[in-house]
Amino acid sequence: MADFLTVLSEYDIAGAYWVNLKLTFFAGLFALVLGTILAMFRISPIPSLNLAGTAYVNILRNTPLTIIIVFGLAVLWPVLRVEFSEVFTVNFFWLGVVGLTVYHAAFFCEALRSGINTVPVGQAEAARAIGLPFLDSARLVIFPQAFRGAIAPLGNVVIALIKNTTVVAAGSVSEIATLMREMIENESNYVYPIFLTVAVGFVIIVVPVGMLATYLSRRLAVSR
Amino acid sequence: MSAQSVLFDALGPRGRRMTTIINIVAALALAGLLVFVVMKLNDAGQLAGNLWLRALDSNAWLYYYLPGLQNTLVAAVYSVVLAVVFGLIFGVGRLASNRLIRWFCGLVVEFFRAVPVLVMMVAAAAVGYILGLDRDIVPLVAVVVGLTLYNGSVIAELVRSGVYGLPKGQREAGLAVGMTRGQSIRSIELPQALIAMLPSLVSQFVVILKDSALGQIILYSELLRSARLLGSGAPFPILQTLFVAALIFIALNFLLGWLAQVLARRLGSRTSGRTTAAAPTAVPQAAGPGATGTAGGIDDGPG
Repeated sequence: MADFLTVLSEYDIAGAYWVNLKLTFFAGLFALVLGTILAMFRISPIPSLNLAGTAYVNILRNTPLTIIIVFGLAVLWPVLRVEFSEVFTVNFFWLGVVGLTVYHAAFFCEALRSGINTVPVGQAEAARAIGLPFLDSARLVIFPQAFRGAIAPLGNVVIALIKNTTVVAAGSVSEIATLMREMIENESNYVYPIFLTVAVGFVIIVVPVGMLATYLSRRLAVSR
Repeated sequence: MSAQSVLFDALGPRGRRMTTIINIVAALALAGLLVFVVMKLNDAGQLAGNLWLRALDSNAWLYYYLPGLQNTLVAAVYSVVLAVVFGLIFGVGRLASNRLIRWFCGLVVEFFRAVPVLVMMVAAAAVGYILGLDRDIVPLVAVVVGLTLYNGSVIAELVRSGVYGLPKGQREAGLAVGMTRGQSIRSIELPQALIAMLPSLVSQFVVILKDSALGQIILYSELLRSARLLGSGAPFPILQTLFVAALIFIALNFLLGWLAQVLARRLGSRTSGRTTAAAPTAVPQAAGPGATGTAGGIDDGPG
């Protein structure tokens, strides 16, 4: 055990997890923005925007994330010359963020949309019946309820995103899955404790997020 | 577009005129975006015939895509079967009346749902090499182990929420005719829960198929890896081969998604539970621990 702890101290595990959290933060932020736009496309009464939003979601949702990430680092950068930084690792980090964003935006869109779908049509009809114009009925009646309904699915997408940041290991970003492979390669007699350490790290990060989402969605649930 | 709109009332003449105008402008803008992308690709020389030919000729299919696809499907099928077995065992375990069994199964399920599939695959591969398994089959075993543990845990939750989702009367009727709790689970609740969860189960197969592509990171020669190999040869048609591989995955997943919807529609009358269409696809490496609320269906957004 003591041997294993000295082995652990030779690697920057916290630093690797920090990279995963940074990936989560940036990809989550951008994906939420893109997902919101897509959700607006899908609920708008404009047929061409509907079509674009639906096509995006259905295509991206059915594509393996690994292909998207590999596309970023094997096509976007070397072939199409998309470069975020001269520094190799920084460039791969942002290519990873782009891949994660593009993929998870589809899921954020669906989470938001499912929130809107929890609002009964009667609510909107009642808002119109008392004379609220479109923007007021959206702002005062529909979105507050829709947002509460979207918390649980949004929480699930965030959890999935946290775990999916490991897929960036397909490139040489120094995140936790990459570090784990390196550790296993160098310290082959400690495979089990290394796996447990990494796995427990994820449990520690993911479980509170899940609990928070469940707590909030119950706390803020609209009772109907 | 008209059916699902909570936000928008039926449009009047002015509204309709507005929508038509915005529709045309948006369509033009989207078409412009598409043209822009195609032009950029052309500028980068990616529309050249020889690249696409190399990515689509019979050699590519015979020696790269088809063998890769075969390996992908082999891994997926093994994983599906084992994950269903795993899910049934641990899902029923979580319903057991013995507190220790319930607690143990809960711990296993929550743990494997919180750990990324890739981390499990990497560890499984390392363990495989240490145990001295044949080096050729280690990647396959590792992929199957990773997919089974994660998806089996998700399926265990489906089983549990499927049983919880049944009307209370089913269980009460079982108890009323003198069955034990276990008998009622086995002969009344589980059969109905399994039918009710079938659509969600098929949607989970989409997740398995997609995540099998993670195998290329641990050097399993599945579809994505063959596409990469082909793309890193002579004229370097990497963009084209990845495009083809993605299309194959998308086509297969659409097929599964369609199947899930058909099942949801057909099976509704054969269970007292609720058959929801294809909801879990909505979450990539689905729910984590704690967020179990959605599994049972606070709101399964339409698929």
